[in-house]
Amino acid sequence: MTSARPAFRLPKIPGNLRQYGILAALAVIVMLFQVMTNGRLLLPGNINNLIQQNAYVLILAVGMVMVIIAGHIDLSVGSVVAMVGAISAIAMTQWGLPWWAAVVVALVSGALVGAWQGFWIAFVGIPAFIVTLAGMLLFRGLTLVFLTGGTINALPAEFNAIGGGWLPELLGTIGEGRGSRDILTVVLGVAAAVILIVQQLRTRRKQHRLALITEGSAAFWTKNVLAAVVIIALTWQISAYRGTPVILVIVAGLILLFTFVLNRTVFGRQVYAIGGNLFAAQMSGVKTAWINFTIFVIMGTLAGLAGIVTTARAGGAVASAGTSFELDAIAAVFIGGAAVTGGVGTVPGAVVGALIMGVLNMGLSILSVDAAWQQAIKGLVLLLAVAFDVLSKRRGGSR
Amino acid sequence: MRDITKDFGAVRALDGVTIEVERGHVHAICGENGAGKSTLMKVLSGVYPHGSYDGTIEFESHETAYRTINDSERDGIVIIHQELALSPFLSIAENIFLGNEIQNRGVIDWDKTNLEATKLLARVGLRESPTTKVLELGVGKQQLVEIAKALSKRVKLLILDEPTAALNDEDSSHLLDLINSLRGQGITSIIISHKLKEIRRIADTVTIIRDGKTIESLSMDDPDTTEARIIRSMVGRELASMFPERTPDIGEELFRVENWTVHHPIDTERVVVDNASFSVRAGEIVGFAGLMGAGRTELAMSIFGRSYGTNISGSVFKAGKPISVSTVSEAIANGIAYATEDRKRYGLNLIGGIAVNISAASLAKLSRFGVIDQFKEHRVAEGYRTSMNIKTPNVSVLAGKLSGGNQQKVVLSKWIYSGPDILILDEPTRGIDVGAKFEIYGIINELAASGKAVILISSELPELLGLADRIYAISEGRISGEVARADATQESLMHYMTAEKD
Repeated sequence: MTSARPAFRLPKIPGNLRQYGILAALAVIVMLFQVMTNGRLLLPGNINNLIQQNAYVLILAVGMVMVIIAGHIDLSVGSVVAMVGAISAIAMTQWGLPWWAAVVVALVSGALVGAWQGFWIAFVGIPAFIVTLAGMLLFRGLTLVFLTGGTINALPAEFNAIGGGWLPELLGTIGEGRGSRDILTVVLGVAAAVILIVQQLRTRRKQHRLALITEGSAAFWTKNVLAAVVIIALTWQISAYRGTPVILVIVAGLILLFTFVLNRTVFGRQVYAIGGNLFAAQMSGVKTAWINFTIFVIMGTLAGLAGIVTTARAGGAVASAGTSFELDAIAAVFIGGAAVTGGVGTVPGAVVGALIMGVLNMGLSILSVDAAWQQAIKGLVLLLAVAFDVLSKRRGGSR
Repeated sequence: MRDITKDFGAVRALDGVTIEVERGHVHAICGENGAGKSTLMKVLSGVYPHGSYDGTIEFESHETAYRTINDSERDGIVIIHQELALSPFLSIAENIFLGNEIQNRGVIDWDKTNLEATKLLARVGLRESPTTKVLELGVGKQQLVEIAKALSKRVKLLILDEPTAALNDEDSSHLLDLINSLRGQGITSIIISHKLKEIRRIADTVTIIRDGKTIESLSMDDPDTTEARIIRSMVGRELASMFPERTPDIGEELFRVENWTVHHPIDTERVVVDNASFSVRAGEIVGFAGLMGAGRTELAMSIFGRSYGTNISGSVFKAGKPISVSTVSEAIANGIAYATEDRKRYGLNLIGGIAVNISAASLAKLSRFGVIDQFKEHRVAEGYRTSMNIKTPNVSVLAGKLSGGNQQKVVLSKWIYSGPDILILDEPTRGIDVGAKFEIYGIINELAASGKAVILISSELPELLGLADRIYAISEGRISGEVARADATQESLMHYMTAEKD
């Protein structure tokens, strides 16, 4: 198991200081709320809720960062979440499909939605803003049609576990009843920390062998030991609640997968190339239309997954599900350092951005700040984060 | 204009230029690309404000000190740039009075606007309704709208920067007649043009500028003012000995294009490349000479995966066999590389690192199952950093941070790494300092020595004469001449480059 902070997993390139800046901001916000809530923020139950409540933003942000790097936007994901949630609920309650088949149906519907939007964007050449704005209305409308205004409850427990369940306590617990700890969670946390350090050491050794520039030993060890400690501390905390949330496994897997896809694959490189300079990408032989199409199919599939997770956690499908999810995801991506003009952004950055929004939500709720003010504060944080980005670039004096 | 000198950083664009234009005359300014013609006109019209240049400008016998275009327009000096500056979604009348609206306390008087516009359109001979949107007009008619706009500002001195470069014959002819008739109405014109026939047809005087200096002013009435004389003045500079030694080793024909015809992507009636046929041998450097707008870049881009134009016809052969080049990836797969003229727009991802740019056209070579070997990529990039002498601390530096010469080396590395047999280099030394130019000439020679076919498009004739084994001249989309290195002179090339259709 890995932590929800994989920003440390990447081989770091010097000059990528902004990423550390946003990580520092997350740390400051966490500490601030920890003090203001008298230590309640990092209680096991609250960390668990933070993960389960914000899983949808993390899933959507992972896809959205790719969309935004390529220079597009997707306004439809909130409506897709609702529609796919409705489809999965209908599949189980009305068509009598088993829960796993409903999951497949849901993911496929998400992918089809993505293919529909990708077709208009990539092959017809309509701007993504328009296509997905239309999608936002279209899919919300279809959700209302499917649910005929009502809600669908009483879904199978296995399905609900995807959003609100935990891994079984396979290895038993330390202690009994309240205050007991799930051993599996602790083991997974330690394993993740060890894998992280081994992996980083191997990359570093290879860099050394090829005489590439590496950071100093002190920086390397500070960074990785700190990351390992954070992972173990977090898993130690949640082990005292109900164990490892199922959704944490899914989200961590997605983050690792898409970090890899964007950093290491030809596809990921071409996404950056399209966003960095569309003409230059075309003149280098990149099949830009197909790349754009694929991006939207992936985004649609991830929105479908977010729909499953949201429906599972709520235990039912409602037509109003997923409202303004697109804005949360877009905000997370921009807080995480992506550029509105495309070409810039990272999965770990978007994840940290999503966590900042999540911690703000959680902290402000614990402090029982009025929901209206919560929204206002989140808006200001988004603005300040991007302003910081713009100003730090200007001070860098690139032009 | 007396003793005008203008520097851009260390580069002296204008060096003591003096030019005298008589009232009611049409005065042509002639010179090679980059000679300083457009810069001079920008100084005159206040695009470069008073104080940013040395020298004095007198207009109607008082000295001017324009800080903006508005200042010069108030005096009746209007410049029409090569790239037209009309707003496509506004009507003709709205464009004519843009920034100068006929209004009554902020409310536009549409009746009067359209009435005045109709009168102006009649003066320029454009039969269109003033409410027609500009995007519905062809380039020729848009040019007329620009002139109508100038007339609305009570123009006394009209400056036209290459007004016919983008026009077809009929539109050009109409425009020249119009300039002629404006002269009858007492409007003085300065026209920048390469086209000698055009100059002969309408100009009273021609001033030749070369390397930022006035060479001479000739009266067109003088029987000594021949096209040959003008051409000699335009190019008459010494061939700098800045080209590395090379003994060509030319092999079999490697690349041939036959009957290549391309139409303009928007104005689909217009032929941009007209039935061009040419060939390149292995180890040969073939130059393409042409004036701005002659169709060289359009020819290259249309061959490279149909990246330009519509309704393209013709065939392409590699080593005698026909190949398809209908997409960029097909062209690359067939061993063609095209280093674009506009590095920043088409060549580089400026917010990407050097390594990322070098590998951009060859990711398949660097990956297995779609996963990039980043260590190999880094090694390859480091290799080019050393061999091409790209001046940068490491290959993670963003391409946008490099100087023009180093950026060009990155572009060349990218295409060399793609392993081409045929390289098309479009203005590879534009905007690059002399030292880097010399290095790039060396690289071009090495490419030819390794048996590749090199096509070199350049606006600098000395560069073509110093590097190419054979030179094709292009004029108005046609290949107007082919000259072997031994027979090529700047004069002979300029003769073909200015050849016009009969």
